Amino acid sequence: MNTAVAIAAPSAWKRATRSGGLVVGLALALTMVVIAIAAPWIAPFDPNEQNALLKLEPPSAAHLFGTDEFGRDVLSRVIFGARISLFVGAFATLAGVVIGTIIGVVSGYFGGLVDRLITAATDVLLSFPQLIMGLILVAVLGANLFNLILAIAITAVPAFIRVARASTFAMKERDFVDACRALGFANPRIMFLHVLPNIMDEVVVMASLWFAAAIRTESTLAFIGLGVPPPTATWGGIIRDGFDNLLDASWLSIFPSLAILTIMIALNLIGDGLRDASDPRAPQ
Amino acid sequence: MSAAAEAATDAALEPESGEPALVVDRLTTSIRIDRRWFDAVRDVSFEVHRRETLALVGESGCGKSLTALSVMGLLPAGVGRVSSGRITVDGVDMTAASEAKAQAMRGDRIGMIFQEPMTSLNPVLPVGFQIAESLVEHRGLSRRQARRRALELMELVRIPAAAQRLDAYAHQFSGGMRQRVMIAIALACAPKVLIADEPTTALDVTIQAQVLALLADLQRKEGLAVLLITHNLGVVASVADRVIVMYGGDVVESAPVKEFFSRPTHPYSEALLAAMPRVDRSAAALMPIPGQVPTLPDLPPGCRFQSRCPLRIERCAELPPLIALAAAPAHGVRCWVRAP
Repeated sequence: MNTAVAIAAPSAWKRATRSGGLVVGLALALTMVVIAIAAPWIAPFDPNEQNALLKLEPPSAAHLFGTDEFGRDVLSRVIFGARISLFVGAFATLAGVVIGTIIGVVSGYFGGLVDRLITAATDVLLSFPQLIMGLILVAVLGANLFNLILAIAITAVPAFIRVARASTFAMKERDFVDACRALGFANPRIMFLHVLPNIMDEVVVMASLWFAAAIRTESTLAFIGLGVPPPTATWGGIIRDGFDNLLDASWLSIFPSLAILTIMIALNLIGDGLRDASDPRAPQ
Repeated sequence: MSAAAEAATDAALEPESGEPALVVDRLTTSIRIDRRWFDAVRDVSFEVHRRETLALVGESGCGKSLTALSVMGLLPAGVGRVSSGRITVDGVDMTAASEAKAQAMRGDRIGMIFQEPMTSLNPVLPVGFQIAESLVEHRGLSRRQARRRALELMELVRIPAAAQRLDAYAHQFSGGMRQRVMIAIALACAPKVLIADEPTTALDVTIQAQVLALLADLQRKEGLAVLLITHNLGVVASVADRVIVMYGGDVVESAPVKEFFSRPTHPYSEALLAAMPRVDRSAAALMPIPGQVPTLPDLPPGCRFQSRCPLRIERCAELPPLIALAAAPAHGVRCWVRAP
């Protein structure tokens, strides 16, 4: 009887990487992050250096992505733009996850009046389209880096309240939560040490998708002039700069758009991969 | 060892041990159905001493689990409440205790193990951490000290290769091993009272025997008072010292275990025994109890078993008292016919 039997289930990593999407997504996203961090060393030119002699040059060996109407190197601007997009996206998502998940767990765990109030507030916030919400907030707060992060974070909060609340609702009926109560644990310990780790898989999947949404919102706000103010290079801002010359100098808008597209695909692949990995019932 | 001698050693070990570890005195617990309160546990009294196992027996819905939840102070708020009576655990009145006090008692001086070892452990935390947790919470041990104690506890409940499995997760354990982990968790703070709610029901028969033997052994070593909740009379016969049979929230019979099996007196107890499969009887002798437990709002006044009772008389419309049999004063029965 004393033989210890440990059943080796296929590891989560194996399940996650079976489809390959997660690996590709992670590789793409990591490359983007490295480029953003290493921007000052790998960008061939100063992103803000103007050159009156090289206006609207098409892509060439010297300027791989061409130049804009001020003669700035578009490749360098796209590389530096990655910093803003990823920074804003990452911190806005992080703030949204932390605030939304805490509120959601509390709401789902206690239920009752607390839950009804939080749910009602969430529904109100969710009734605004994300972009409109971000637009209003930035317009009211003023366009700078911090306010941008704050505004996008606030648009993300209700989504995380929802997912955390729903998962907590299901989780709190589980026997191990009753066992925690029978052990005399206080509610905060049960909520954040026992319930929270059990719902993190859903939260993380959601976070990777909202990371993409946050970058999209940031770019859109930059495009309509409510992003980090010029001359700082942002992807949305570069697209906007190229918009006036779309027909005769399309590379201006195409390259930053491709950058946004790439990070979107990467983050969605990660999200799908993580969802498959966390759901044992997913087709293999 | 005679009972008197055992009580004497107890007294030598711990001065206050003459007091029962758990006293339930005239407990009535009500639950709310459609905005009305019904007494789901009526006037239940019992005591459990150290080193003693009291079995609470009855069908699903007879109030045995509600009794346990009342003792733990874990009745769901707004749905269940103790409407009268007193529950004393290790000298502390749980019914008068504040929620904070009750919380401090749970896991420290009353432990509980559950029916489902498969789902009662947190799937994402290592078992060693879960065993250590209440020591950190209730006893203020450091993580390192608690971890060392967790290892001792895993060895105490005879989990093989405990040192290597301290950081394993619940899914890496079999059902029997998980129940051992649950027992280790419940015993971490050396409680005085252990409530075991159907502790072996979900386990294979061979594993059941191992877990019961382990519980009995630990009870002797730790001097636990065990309240065993079960519907399995085989389990009762093998580990209990005394039996309380409940039906529809009432105690219908209360007796020392040998007395109970040699002289089951209440018609419901008789029916329960006749409904238990036995090797030494043919299957044809199995007698199911006709009908089912009426739902709480439909329970008849008076004796609650009368709707299914073959011995029913008119007087059953009135609730009989729990009366000690003349031949055995420790044996109480609530029946007009059998204990008039």
